[in-house]
Amino acid sequence: MGLQAIFFYIFAFIAVASAFMVISAKNPVHSVLFLILTFFNSAGLFLLTGAEFLAMILLVVYIGAVAVLFLFVVMMLDIDFAELRSGILQYAPIGIVIGLILAAELIVVIGGSVLAPEAAKSITMPIPNPAVRTNTAALGDVLYTNYVYFFQLAGMVLLVAMIGAIVLTLRHRTNVKRQDISRQVARTPETAVEVVKVKSGQGL
Amino acid sequence: MDSFFWTYVWPALIMVGQSLLLLVCLLVFIAYILLADRKIWAAVQLRRGPNVVGPFGLFQSFADLLKFILKEPIIPAGANKGVFLLAPLISVTLALATWAVIPFSQNWVIANINVGILYVFAISSLEVYGIIMAGWASNSKYPFLGALRSAAQMVSYEVSIGFVIVSVLLCVGSLNLTDIVNAQHDGLGTMMGLPASFLDWHWLALFPMFVIFFISALAETNRPPFDLPEAESELVAGYMVEYSSAPYMMLMLGEYAAILMMCSLTTILFLGGWLPPVDVWFLNWVPGIIWFMLKGSMVFFMFAMVKAFVPRYRYDQLMRLGWKVFLPLSLAMVVIVAFVLKLMGWA
Repeated sequence: MGLQAIFFYIFAFIAVASAFMVISAKNPVHSVLFLILTFFNSAGLFLLTGAEFLAMILLVVYIGAVAVLFLFVVMMLDIDFAELRSGILQYAPIGIVIGLILAAELIVVIGGSVLAPEAAKSITMPIPNPAVRTNTAALGDVLYTNYVYFFQLAGMVLLVAMIGAIVLTLRHRTNVKRQDISRQVARTPETAVEVVKVKSGQGL
Repeated sequence: MDSFFWTYVWPALIMVGQSLLLLVCLLVFIAYILLADRKIWAAVQLRRGPNVVGPFGLFQSFADLLKFILKEPIIPAGANKGVFLLAPLISVTLALATWAVIPFSQNWVIANINVGILYVFAISSLEVYGIIMAGWASNSKYPFLGALRSAAQMVSYEVSIGFVIVSVLLCVGSLNLTDIVNAQHDGLGTMMGLPASFLDWHWLALFPMFVIFFISALAETNRPPFDLPEAESELVAGYMVEYSSAPYMMLMLGEYAAILMMCSLTTILFLGGWLPPVDVWFLNWVPGIIWFMLKGSMVFFMFAMVKAFVPRYRYDQLMRLGWKVFLPLSLAMVVIVAFVLKLMGWA
């Protein structure tokens, strides 16, 4: 058993165990922390297959940004655990159906590669030799040449979603004082100060 | 069995030895950086700073270390004990883990990986967890507010740091940190007739990005003027309120390791890493590690000076600076750099 196999089993075991803890932990904050551990170990699995760019992007995007927001929301919610657990039987059938669908799909995928090993080799893009082309560059080649329109389209979809979120939450309130830094900086003594000559003993 | 030893165990032993050596040097360096920070701060305010322990107070940090270790760690009754103790560990581990890929000189690097800069970016984006977990686990108002502030702040400034890194990568064409330094051998300075000099480094060609990176680095590491997560006038000490003795020391250690990390990253990305400033024989003879440390210390001196004389930002101004000034600026610069490289045929 090579070193790679040992590391694979370490990462895979921790990933599966912490994924189980995500759904069984009592405290939702602990659940999110276990979710982060799952992501981290998945990044380790990516590294083992040589997909170093994907591993790092998984760290930056999922752990560095998405999970921070999860944690944020979960920490601020005031969750009643007893109430949350009471409906567990009611939702069990839906959960079982989703689980069965996922299991069936996994069996199809894995069974396909076991029954017909040549299917995995018939992918559209040949995988370049990692010694010649790093996989960051190889990914860039594919994304920005063959699939550039799809890539741009995905970007547009995200942009529309972002603008939609901003439009939904933006509200203009009229009587709120706002700071306009350029106006503050543009102020001169002429516009800001009024010099008044006061006669002594009289006041204004 | 013999081949197993030479293929697996021996390289692992060498790597462990290198890592330990790096850690020891780094921790000693951090001890003196901490002292320098206090001394510079004191000098700006016409004070003496720590000057009692050892000559000129040189052993102050070690005295502090002893004090932190010997004090009693207090865990609040309402705290979530596991997470409370895990937070400082995570913060210090992550801050030290980034140093594995930093090249101190040509080939002086523990892990020379292809995606070095992404690794540093990824690990430093995880450092926010130490702070959020510390704030939440303390189960108290001020730490939680500090943690919320810090998370929002670090996520915002990471975006512009990311774009700055992208524009440097466009100039270099590689994610490897050693390649990034070696690419600064020739650049603007060579064109102006001063080859292999300090004018070749990226700070000149990408000057706006250099400024944005420096300021974002201050915000990312919660340094003044962006130290709102631990603003003592509003939040006592932010997410660190409930921490004492060794856990507190680990949070501080993590913070300073991250600060030093940002200094070396600035050195690598913009100040030519270990390259000598001018191409003359006696400067080329000086070992690269000396140049690297000198440049890193210079960047840290700027960090310390900013701490000493810039007043703290208000929180909404901090967010405005991050999202409305730095984000559009750095995004525009990425586009401009890409266009210039393409049109001039340098890419």
